[in-house]
Amino acid sequence: MTMGRETRDVGREESVRPLLPLSRRERGGVPSGSWGEVPLLAVLLLALADDELVIGWSDSEWTGIAPVLEEDVAMSSIAQDEIGHALAFFELLSAEAGGTPDEWAFQREPAEYRCARLVGRGHGDWTRTMARRFLYETADAVRLISLEQSSFAPLANLVAKMRREEQYHLMHVQTWFERFAAGPDEGRERFAAAIADLWPDALDLFAPLDGEDDLVRDGVLPEPIAALRERWQAMLAPSLERLGVDVSAARAPGQPRRGGEHPDFAWLHNEMTMVARLEPGATW
Amino acid sequence: MTTAIDEQQVWDALHDVPDPEIPAISVVDLGIVRSVAVEGGRVAVEIMPTFIGCPAIGIICGNVEARLRRLSEEVTVSVTYEEQWTSDRITDRGRENLRAAGYAPPVTPAPPLGDNLFPLTLYPAIECPFCGSRRTRLENAFGPTLCRAIWYCADCRQPFEQFKAV
Repeated sequence: MTMGRETRDVGREESVRPLLPLSRRERGGVPSGSWGEVPLLAVLLLALADDELVIGWSDSEWTGIAPVLEEDVAMSSIAQDEIGHALAFFELLSAEAGGTPDEWAFQREPAEYRCARLVGRGHGDWTRTMARRFLYETADAVRLISLEQSSFAPLANLVAKMRREEQYHLMHVQTWFERFAAGPDEGRERFAAAIADLWPDALDLFAPLDGEDDLVRDGVLPEPIAALRERWQAMLAPSLERLGVDVSAARAPGQPRRGGEHPDFAWLHNEMTMVARLEPGATW
Repeated sequence: MTTAIDEQQVWDALHDVPDPEIPAISVVDLGIVRSVAVEGGRVAVEIMPTFIGCPAIGIICGNVEARLRRLSEEVTVSVTYEEQWTSDRITDRGRENLRAAGYAPPVTPAPPLGDNLFPLTLYPAIECPFCGSRRTRLENAFGPTLCRAIWYCADCRQPFEQFKAV
């Protein structure tokens, strides 16, 4: 699949900096172009792509074993959406920075991924999975609503399409939120505890990006990422209050950052890249 | 062998290309053909995916290209998000074809995109494509493909699928 080529006139200036010590470079087989040195725009695209790829892959593990058949179908479908979104972001990224979507998705070492810790750690039990989805989908919605105004037209157009699909994801997490919030004590308490525990990792979704100031100046990012985080927290506040979750009492978040160093991610990475590693260069 | 062709011939040919997941509807009636351009003997077609993660996109582009190669040796099929497909683009004939094949068509207009993080609204009952009853309920907003939801009819007691409104 190839994306329609559209006019791009922003984020392409000469401000190029090393992105990652991509392991492919050490192994040879470097594609033509300056692999490892990419436009700032790629930093943003990589964060978006990795979040979607990893949560999609992680949630797809519920296929066949969700608590009820309807959720088996729902989780599979949502995961397929997210991985499809990741592919679309990787295609934009490849056009900007070289490489192919498969290389970006499957031929990096865990530490080279730029996903938030929230998605890199395992999905846990069903309450925890739903708590993670609730945090992720609401944060992603705030991010996408903003990015729809991006001056980088291919991204803004793609995001406009994504938002239509994500409406169904939001309805799904909202349904589960209502079920837990209004349900028996045990479910509500477990859901609330999972939200509180995952909160610091969720803040990684709004970790500052390298070169963010330049992206904001060019309008690629319509506003600083910190502004998105504040909006998200404000929009979530009534829900958290209803659950009785006080995030100010959550464990210290540390410095928000992106990266695949989480031990859970090493396991997921192994699963995710297994086929690609068995037969390098295979097409499927 | 290429003879002069016009855009109408291309649109007519595209009516022969079914959606691979729901063959009852053509890619034209599904509304995913954004544009057709004919220049000399060359044909260029833009396709707008129904869902970004739709695994059928590559198959659709291949089928479109194969069909148009009977008109021209130079065919380009590209995927675009410059304009975004919504289910409101499905034609009246497409809706009728869906219904006849057992799929409830999407409600129109598709839900607007607000800035609300919590868009959950009760789904208005839709018409059962088998018996016409409105005593139906949504069973799952997610179905066997990305674009389909699962409903149940309390009158004819049949589960049925709906093409999602997006």
